[in-house]
Amino acid sequence: MSTPERNRDRDGEATFGEYGGQYVPEALMPALQELEDAYERYVLENEDGFMDEFRERMRDFGGRPTPLQRADRLSERYDREVYLKREDLVHGGAHKLNNALGQVLLAKYMGKERIVAETGAGQHGTATAMAAAHLDMPCEIYMGRTDINRQRPNVYRMRMNGAAVNPVTAGSGTLKEAINETMRDWATTVERTHYVIGSIVGPHPFPKLVREFQSVIGREAREQIREKTGRLPDSVLACAGGGSNTIGAFHEFVPDEDIALHAVEAGGSSLEIDEAEGVAPNSATLSTGTDGVLHGAMTKLLQSTDGQIVESHSVSAGLDYAGVGPELSHLVETGRVTPVSVPDEAALNGFHRLSNLEGIIPALESSHALGYLEENYEDLGDLVVVNVSGRGDKDLETVLEETETRDLEAAPDVEVFDRQ
Amino acid sequence: MTDEQTTADSEIEAAIRENHPALITYITAGDPSLEDTTEYVEALDRGGADLIELGLPFSEPIAEGPTIQAAINRALEAGTTPEGFFELVDDLETEAPLLVMTYYNMLLQYGPSEAQRASEGDAEKPRNEADVRPFVERAAEAGLSGIIVPDLPAEEADPLREACDEHGLDLVFIVAPTTEGERLERIMSQVSGFAYVQARLGTTGARADVSNATHDSLTRLEEYEVPKAVGFGVSEGDHAAEIIEAGADGVIVGSALVDIIAEHGEGNAPAAAALEAKAAELKRGARRGGGVDVPEPEQP
Repeated sequence: MSTPERNRDRDGEATFGEYGGQYVPEALMPALQELEDAYERYVLENEDGFMDEFRERMRDFGGRPTPLQRADRLSERYDREVYLKREDLVHGGAHKLNNALGQVLLAKYMGKERIVAETGAGQHGTATAMAAAHLDMPCEIYMGRTDINRQRPNVYRMRMNGAAVNPVTAGSGTLKEAINETMRDWATTVERTHYVIGSIVGPHPFPKLVREFQSVIGREAREQIREKTGRLPDSVLACAGGGSNTIGAFHEFVPDEDIALHAVEAGGSSLEIDEAEGVAPNSATLSTGTDGVLHGAMTKLLQSTDGQIVESHSVSAGLDYAGVGPELSHLVETGRVTPVSVPDEAALNGFHRLSNLEGIIPALESSHALGYLEENYEDLGDLVVVNVSGRGDKDLETVLEETETRDLEAAPDVEVFDRQ
Repeated sequence: MTDEQTTADSEIEAAIRENHPALITYITAGDPSLEDTTEYVEALDRGGADLIELGLPFSEPIAEGPTIQAAINRALEAGTTPEGFFELVDDLETEAPLLVMTYYNMLLQYGPSEAQRASEGDAEKPRNEADVRPFVERAAEAGLSGIIVPDLPAEEADPLREACDEHGLDLVFIVAPTTEGERLERIMSQVSGFAYVQARLGTTGARADVSNATHDSLTRLEEYEVPKAVGFGVSEGDHAAEIIEAGADGVIVGSALVDIIAEHGEGNAPAAAALEAKAAELKRGARRGGGVDVPEPEQP
């Protein structure tokens, strides 16, 4: 049987090796073709000056470029050069805006009239709501009921920016269910709506489109590290959930095979899956997952042997996802990216350590990369770049709770609360 | 390949042509238990269903509306597994041919685990190689006549099409209101059994009316030989009549039947009776729409 001809983007494929593809309901296929066409014209070929406008808005509204900062005390602690890529300084407090603004702008160029997006912890939702307000687009965010209850400030931020927030009650009421529901909305309204997916996941061309918007991280970092040190790093660390900050940080370095790329996943409380309960107490998909299809793509997944997707877990809501971008699965499979993981506790210590030593409160997501650095710095070479994907102000409540119940070496002493 | 697949000895196609206009029913296997499903399938068969789709539950049913999502949750909570599903089908004896409707990951994961393969000396096969053949082989062995995978567009369907050909199973594709031109041709060259015409954009779920999109889709499909059946939102005999009148060869009803199961909770006898009655109503509607048996079709 002949292979049906398919639209392929400029770098040739709808897949990354055996990962990726377009596993979606038929009703969405024409929209994916339309998006692929828009991706090629506006993003890859800068038609109508799309990329120029995107970069200008990311500068004036988004605050790019972000600094690459030498972490003086970490460098001293680990006896090597440690640099931080400060995505926490992007408007909104995380790298998420890079993608959200790009896609909302693209939707405008495509003549779409409405934006829908999913959000887990609320970071992508707030970034999309900001971008939609900035570009004057009606916006609806789907968010799991559980997440709404534990991320109230982010829900309020989205509402303040004029977005509707639709609660999703199915399943455990978290990110996975929110993506399902957003896909259902999109399947109903596809003709005038664009789905701003929040990571390098989903059907082709989303993983490539999102990578294109996020790879500015590594592009800037590469130039900046050369300027500051006259050389390229020995290793780059980034946390990995869905993987958008990961691929954003890594993409520009992939061809430099001497540079080690470490994707640091959430090890949670254990790396084992509890089949009977359908729960993985971690989100270490690249490290422990098996191949399957979820949310439109073939990729690595946390699933039971029957193929049911299990509930993932991480102390960091932004890493809490049972899938991962297909391109990262491919880069891991080919050995270019090394998947590693650290448990919740190491991430919490990483959070406190950076706050204490450098005066930077990192997101709990990014804290996983810092936790890995603490435990493995000897294997990372003389010059290390860590992507600080976001700031941790949003995580203070979680960190307070989690710190109280643990004996964390890097946590501050808070007996001041008891002194009246 | 086109001609072979649309005219070969397909049990499904034959069931539609012989019972024209046909009633195709869907329920979720394991909702609320596999034992109940056996009763319900037999009731639908008695009531006049000409084809029966059985949903094999998957945890992320992105094409389903709230009704079938809830049914899938009930089935998963009851512990429904692929092997339990196939054992159910092994024992079913219905006049209507059976199809399985499930999501692609369920097909990919079915088969011996790494540990089993290792013990059988087959460990050199990579753990992660995606292979749908064990599922299709087991489906054929259980006596299923066809497969519908709502998250598998024609572009990704070659491996499944090949496996289905090998085992004599039909592979049904969904034609959406947005499907046109080359994509429609591609689907129609891959489809067998019947073309599942999606009546409207969105997810599954009972609706109060029949959409214009249905008429447009049926017009686009006129030139193709394969039978066309319309689903997504059909809930009453009058809808069935209208759809058949519009030129469809069959109607597909799911959520309206799943609603009946949900309303009755545990205890399958009243639910089975209600399903049988509903199937009979829908079948009468379809026949009325086709000008069979009923001289003056009621207008909705």
